[in-house]
Amino acid sequence: MVMEIVCPAGTPAALRAAVKAGAHTVYCGFNDETNARNFPGLNFNRSEMRDAVSFAHQHGSKVLVAINTFPRAGDEAIWHSAVADAETCGADAVILADLGLLDHTARTHPGLRRHLSVQAAAANADVINFYADTFGVKRVVLPRVLSVPEIAAINAETEVETEVFVFGGLCVMAEGRCSLSSYATGLSPNMNGVCSPASHVDYSEDQGVLDARLGGYLIHRVDKGEPAPYPTLCKGCFTAGSQTGHLFEDPVSLNAEQLIPQLQKAGVTALKIEGRQRSKSYVAQVVRNFRAAVDALEAGRPMPEGMLARLSEGQAMTTGAYKKTWR
Amino acid sequence: MELTVGPSQFFWPADFWTGFYQDLTQSPVDRVVIGELVCSKRLPFYQDRIPDAISALIEAGKQVSLTSLALITLKRERKLTAELAEMGVTVEVNDLTALAHLPKGCAFTVGPLVNVYNEGTLNWLAARGANRVCLPPELPLESVEALTRVANDLDIAIEVWGHGRLPLAISGRCYHARLHGRTKDNCQFACEDDPDGLEVLTGDGRPFMAMNGVQTLSDSYACTDHQIDQLRWVGVSALRLSPQSKGFAKLCILYRQRLDQTLPQGGVAKAITTEDPALRLSDGFLTGACGADWSGTS
Repeated sequence: MVMEIVCPAGTPAALRAAVKAGAHTVYCGFNDETNARNFPGLNFNRSEMRDAVSFAHQHGSKVLVAINTFPRAGDEAIWHSAVADAETCGADAVILADLGLLDHTARTHPGLRRHLSVQAAAANADVINFYADTFGVKRVVLPRVLSVPEIAAINAETEVETEVFVFGGLCVMAEGRCSLSSYATGLSPNMNGVCSPASHVDYSEDQGVLDARLGGYLIHRVDKGEPAPYPTLCKGCFTAGSQTGHLFEDPVSLNAEQLIPQLQKAGVTALKIEGRQRSKSYVAQVVRNFRAAVDALEAGRPMPEGMLARLSEGQAMTTGAYKKTWR
Repeated sequence: MELTVGPSQFFWPADFWTGFYQDLTQSPVDRVVIGELVCSKRLPFYQDRIPDAISALIEAGKQVSLTSLALITLKRERKLTAELAEMGVTVEVNDLTALAHLPKGCAFTVGPLVNVYNEGTLNWLAARGANRVCLPPELPLESVEALTRVANDLDIAIEVWGHGRLPLAISGRCYHARLHGRTKDNCQFACEDDPDGLEVLTGDGRPFMAMNGVQTLSDSYACTDHQIDQLRWVGVSALRLSPQSKGFAKLCILYRQRLDQTLPQGGVAKAITTEDPALRLSDGFLTGACGADWSGTS
């Protein structure tokens, strides 16, 4: 079976562009703190979601709604209504991470398909099967800590479909288990759906040097005229012992396009593209390229090569944890 | 309020490890969580000493539980996790994989690395057999209060991260190995050189984080000295003190005195920063604008 391309959409326009470009599936979220890309001007209100699902269904595509932050104590109703509204809008599945929300959804919306978010960091077959047995989870988005052989081993031991990230931003830490951002800024992926938020970024220039700070901490310092990467915490330049550099990760993004055949052999069902904050033209181009790749694979043709390099905006690319030496 | 000693986050030589737990038998703490949290590669160096340490602590009147790893991926790690319950003490779940292996109905405790953010999660864990939960350090005091209220009705004891470098992230990648130009599989145990983690500075020399193998900690030591009265008021059962290689016995005594109100608010912070003036403290996750904030700054 052809591998499923799961594509991000931060806006209704991006969703339509992704569907027209050939996305089998699009994932998106409501415009509040219930999803892990809670950025200003992004995401869908309820009526946009209804229209988006209906547009996608007319074109044979599916829509997954990410409700993958961890509900705040005292305010669970906000997350419960997101699940209920996703079902009402006709979503094909919800992507969840929180135990309490999984339990709630399994009990009160049994007919709504449940996927396990990468934010749950389920990294082995035992825990994946546990989520399946307990909450009826049908698909798991695997955390970006696993090598291809480990993914194959997981698929050999579970009936749950696996979805893996193949392109876009790369978390170095196990997702859903990182509070670096809230340590420096007070806002975190788990609680607020943001990491290294723009509201806490400060660029300052002095004597030909440009500093990028997050929450007051210097993350990058470059000479004027050099490209200044966004100050994402785990990709900053730091010093430890006698060494200075990108101690956690270089400012790279993930590109596993050349691993698609191996991922298929490993039993992966779906390939996920990161980037709900990206423009509709970016999304359309990435989708077209990945769709061409999986169609070529299915037809037994060779994979197109280096198709996405120009989309990385001059950034270096990595295959991340899929190759074991990354660790 | 009680004191719980969390599992050591660091890789210590076996003899030092043994001495640390021997000292704890004399310490005014109520409960000790023992075992390897961060990296399964460390375990063979002291694994055979765990049973004796557990016996000695129980003999000294401490409650003891055994932690799971924080991130379980390898077959060997899954096997280790499945065997935890056979040690005869309560298992502290720090990755839900451990729960998958516990017999249904078997009581367990939940560590700070499991995401317990709301009442629904607490309810589900209680129904599954949890009787004690150490909340994630990221939670603000308002959430601690809301969760403690529910936990009291569920007969779950709530713990809060009381003192020590904060566990901010866990990864598949070993940063200590990367720093030495090695991969994780050939790490040569670089993390052993840093018994309290290796300080990570920003480009302008400001201390920010500490690396500890696959784990990233805060540079600052979380310290609840200024929140203890509020935590007690909202019904928190215990403070969790996270092991450090120096001055830990004294730290336990200071917190015991603070809980017994023989030491005033600010007394713990004053004593430890007098001892080590370079020490940076934080309590911002509970009451500040960000985790690194410290309410004791004058």
